[in-house]
Amino acid sequence: MNISRRGFLKVSGAVGGGVALSTLGFNLSPARAYADELNKMNRIKIAKQSTTICCYCSCGCGLICSTDKATNKIINIEGDSDHPINEGALCAKGSGFFQMTEANEHRLRKVLYRAPGGDKWEEKDWEWALPRMARLIKDTRDKNFIKRNAKGELVNRCEAIGHYGSSNVDNEECWLITTVARTLGVVYMDHQARVCHSPSVGALAESFGRGSMTNHYIDMKNADVILIMGSNMAENHPMAFRWVTRAKEKGAKVIHVDPRYTRTSACCDFHVPLRSGTDIAFLGGMIKYIIDEKKYFKDYVLNYTHASFIVSGDYSFKDGLFSGYDAKKRKYNKDTWAYEYDAGGIPKRDMSLTHPRSVFQLMRMHYSRYTLDKVSSITGVSKENLLKVYEAYSATGVPDKAGTECYALGWTQHTVGVENIRAMTIVQMLLGNIGIAGGGINAMRGEPNVQGSTDHAILYHILPGYLKTPSASQDTLEEYLTKYTPVSKDPMSANYYSNYPKFMVSLLKSWFDKAATKENDFCYSWLPKLDDGKHYSTMHMFDKMYEGKIKGFFCIGADNAVSSPNAGKVRKGLEKLDWLIGENIFDNETYQFWRAPGVDTKNIKTEVFLLPASASMEKEGSISNSGRWVQWKEKACDGPDQCIPVGEIEIKIMQAVKDLYAKEGGVHPEPILNLYWDYLDKDGHFSATKTAQRINGVFLEDTVIEDKAKGTKTEFKKGQLVPGFGNLQADGKTACGNWCISGSYTADGINKMKSRGKEDPTGLGLFPNWSYAWPVGRRILYNRCSVDLKGKPYDPKRNILEWKGDKWVGDVPDGPWPPQAEKGGKYPFIMQRDGLGAIFGQGMADGPFPEHYEPLEGPLTKNPMSGQLINPAIEIFGSDMDKIERASEKFPYVITTYSCTEHWCSGALTRWQSWLLEAQPEQYIEMSDVLAKEKSIKNGERVKVRSVRGAVTAVAMVTQRLKPFTIEGKTVHQVGMPFNYGWLFPKDTKDDTTNFLTPTVGCANTFCPEYKAFMVNVEKL
Amino acid sequence: MSTKPELVKLIDTTLCTACRGCQVACKQWNEMPGLRTKQVGTYQNPPDLQWNTWTLIRFQEHVDKATGKFQWIFRKDGCMHCTDAACVKVCPSGALYHTPMNTVGISRDKCIGCKECVAACPFDVPRHDAKTDKVYKCDLCYNRISQSHPPSCVKSCITGALSIGDKDAMIKKAYARVKQLGGDANVYGDKFVDGTHVIYVLQFKPEVYDELPVNPKVPLSVIVWKDLLKPLSLLAAGGVLGGAFFHYMIHGPKTPNEGTGAEEKKGGE
Repeated sequence: MNISRRGFLKVSGAVGGGVALSTLGFNLSPARAYADELNKMNRIKIAKQSTTICCYCSCGCGLICSTDKATNKIINIEGDSDHPINEGALCAKGSGFFQMTEANEHRLRKVLYRAPGGDKWEEKDWEWALPRMARLIKDTRDKNFIKRNAKGELVNRCEAIGHYGSSNVDNEECWLITTVARTLGVVYMDHQARVCHSPSVGALAESFGRGSMTNHYIDMKNADVILIMGSNMAENHPMAFRWVTRAKEKGAKVIHVDPRYTRTSACCDFHVPLRSGTDIAFLGGMIKYIIDEKKYFKDYVLNYTHASFIVSGDYSFKDGLFSGYDAKKRKYNKDTWAYEYDAGGIPKRDMSLTHPRSVFQLMRMHYSRYTLDKVSSITGVSKENLLKVYEAYSATGVPDKAGTECYALGWTQHTVGVENIRAMTIVQMLLGNIGIAGGGINAMRGEPNVQGSTDHAILYHILPGYLKTPSASQDTLEEYLTKYTPVSKDPMSANYYSNYPKFMVSLLKSWFDKAATKENDFCYSWLPKLDDGKHYSTMHMFDKMYEGKIKGFFCIGADNAVSSPNAGKVRKGLEKLDWLIGENIFDNETYQFWRAPGVDTKNIKTEVFLLPASASMEKEGSISNSGRWVQWKEKACDGPDQCIPVGEIEIKIMQAVKDLYAKEGGVHPEPILNLYWDYLDKDGHFSATKTAQRINGVFLEDTVIEDKAKGTKTEFKKGQLVPGFGNLQADGKTACGNWCISGSYTADGINKMKSRGKEDPTGLGLFPNWSYAWPVGRRILYNRCSVDLKGKPYDPKRNILEWKGDKWVGDVPDGPWPPQAEKGGKYPFIMQRDGLGAIFGQGMADGPFPEHYEPLEGPLTKNPMSGQLINPAIEIFGSDMDKIERASEKFPYVITTYSCTEHWCSGALTRWQSWLLEAQPEQYIEMSDVLAKEKSIKNGERVKVRSVRGAVTAVAMVTQRLKPFTIEGKTVHQVGMPFNYGWLFPKDTKDDTTNFLTPTVGCANTFCPEYKAFMVNVEKL
Repeated sequence: MSTKPELVKLIDTTLCTACRGCQVACKQWNEMPGLRTKQVGTYQNPPDLQWNTWTLIRFQEHVDKATGKFQWIFRKDGCMHCTDAACVKVCPSGALYHTPMNTVGISRDKCIGCKECVAACPFDVPRHDAKTDKVYKCDLCYNRISQSHPPSCVKSCITGALSIGDKDAMIKKAYARVKQLGGDANVYGDKFVDGTHVIYVLQFKPEVYDELPVNPKVPLSVIVWKDLLKPLSLLAAGGVLGGAFFHYMIHGPKTPNEGTGAEEKKGGE
């Protein structure tokens, strides 16, 4: 199979896609061929072809690299025509992939070192750098290690080392990173997922059980109505728009709700502008409309959601506050946000939905306040436009219509990030749009492998596979497992997380192998523990760094000096480090913070190591797109000069640290010395395959697995791969680095991530044989909601799953059990304790129902909805650099920040590429022609943009695409800036990062920063 | 030769998201450099076609006078591959030529940098680079289409705004789309210069679009000189010199834009 596939690539043309022309039946053999003109094609034909996956946004497009066999250099990269997502097409960034190869003169090639007080990079090599870095890591760790916290609890952590990144490296590398950091005891560890889609996990897991995009990109073609809100999809997930266009061609209505008219708006049926930070008001109005106009899908709401559950009589909501609020701590005690259970421990339900304390009635009451007048006054959207969207979207609340919602950072990057998304989960549950083809909530993640880096938990609060990081109060494994293993007494609830102990023990075994035994709690106590109620997110890390408490910092595939909020504070923090280790393919503003404008480099004592990494097409491994497709990349060539994959860097650094501890001993050496660390191939290089197999899981002993339901017994030999997470054991017989991904290999060692089968049996774009989709190959999550209680599809046109009396046919069912009405049937949300979709969010930090609060820094002095101006549960950072100025004449304009198609995030990869930089050459600010006239600013003039925290310069882009809003009767101007630029490159502008302006504040639940709504002023320069 | 294929590239502007995949894919395949540009208040960059930029998305903010409706218009600009191609007519060295597919190819080796084509093109497409003293323009990826691969831009296109195929089929497709769109939608390209091999589906009337000639023609001077006088002049020897002299007589001392990146004439909104 493999050979013919590779052969196909060669035969059908290196660049693929001969189809379009050759099917015309022409013989186009050139009658008049100029030799020079044919050279490139001929060179490509004889080159080595390898497939790879794009390393920018999360669409997961396929590319083909052609590598000259003589020089081992890439000579061409273009789209992979066989790839079902992009079918050969690519956006500007994807088309420019070639400029990430070593053909780009700016690529890092050697280990660079900056000595304390130094004013330049010095070229070094690995042999020099590895022992030096190991020495610094060990000394910092040993000197600052915290064995027990202030309460005397065993915590085994090191707060003096911070770690950031990266969602831009492969899964296997992410897993090694997470492993290294936890073995060292690091708790200040985070990455792009935090500042990008952490609220998606918080919200979607609360409502549905899993924190990921429910459907996948191709599935958008199946929708009748597409609501794009919180996203500039055509610009930031360009390939997703391929599938939106397909839907549109079939008659789908596409709506864009966004503060700006963007390239997305230009391609939609209509655009509705709303003020940044008012999405909950908009969606609250939609919930009210759906209930008042009875647009909801009643059977679905009754059977598949918590709507009928009865909430405790102690629950209340008054003037913007839910019951249980502690103003001093800015926290809720959530005890009253509880359901009532019967004597058997099963939730009480009112199937008439009329009980005044039913979730349905409480929801109706809550959103009855979101009248058209109120919503219009808050959002600045006309009542006519509100109704236009509400009517169009709620028309999907019937069995044979599908509505999908696509969002990205426009929803996550707010102090109410999780609740924005939660509001939409409520809308989608009311309309019966979850679990169906063409429906769902498509959380379009921002980075190529941010799904994978989240799965592998380069995040302080979780371990790989969404297991919780232990807290200080959980002294033993048993206490920990009791706390996090949910118990349900309802026989209809699968409550899949009851398997939690198997996942956790297998994870510990993957790390500590033979050293982990039942007797020593599988080394549970070796893990670093968090203090209860304390957080260690990106913003907390830089706050701590600014205090001077963090001494060493790993920054992998990231540019915090440009991308993190309140960048002035971030840069001051960096100046206090003893050492910084960077791993990347290009230099950036973070690695060179010591010579940023205005910094006196002589006084900076930091030792900086910048390690040259292989680019994504220069290494093998898998990355996971937003639709959870785990796709294997081939290696096209070696990285230039000293470049090695990040995975290999991690292995080598850790090996050097291990060697040092073995030689000298040290503080809490056990996890380091006993870490299973066999991930090099026979030539001494990083083996993505070995790592991927460890992640998938392996039997450590001969094991017989009994399936009582099927009456079968299967025997697995020691060393065999685990064929799926259903086989994991809690007794130490299996090691598995991440239970979610278990099943990516077969027991016989076939790597499903490499699958390139193009079959599409349903015609709905599921492509079951392309790559591996977690969990278990399932393409649409919660797909058992697409059928009625007996397992018949609600919409036969979109039949993704059907119960045939004894088995499911179609997509991999979300749980093997029969449908609800059949014997042994289960509820469809199997990861939820109670098995149903949660309209009432008991686990939220800021309330069980999403409620409108103003951004931390907004134009109003009073919240029109309640007496609570801002989200009462957000953490307020208090350093001298955390200034806030709201509703001030000094900073009268609402601003939002974003990325453009041609650059990617901080621009740390794309600004070095001349094709992309040429298309978007420098910093700009978009403003309405109305505001520009008021300020006498002409298009193309340079301006200064200020917030209370900092100032940046930019070119004014005066446009009719932005319009002033009328908010509470007053005109409010909205402006917007990309955050793609920094001082280091291009060298001919002095414009620096937009993030000098942004505040250190974030979502109450997940600390995703509020990049999307704050206040500035703009003056002509 | 009886079944000589004639290819047409269709640009359906109503499907374009302006992702600029085509703009970059063109540079990738043709190995053209990116040059330093400036932000002058528009997404359109480079500001115009350049020697190193053979295709470009034009961004234009448009308010329909009748309805007051706002539309951000995106139009991919580049060589139209005319049947009656002025550039081929004026090219004294044979660098510009009609390919077997009736597209207009360009052989850089043969170009002598005379810039005749720059002045003659009714769509203002060819660009001269002073450094190499050569003219550059899109050749519809001749090295790809001649081997049955779609041009780089077409392959890159995300939404299907770009497609290529048999001339008749493409024209039919364009008219079907225009019918579906209704309003002022129209097909642009099949009716002049004996038909172009790049045609547009436009949502608005051609006069709405920046830098798009409403009624493009081969310049009269070119017709007079090349079709009527050139044979005589060649007889009289010194054809190139004669051509330059005639060019001067007709156009006056017009200097085509030199390819120096940002200094080129401003485009966009």
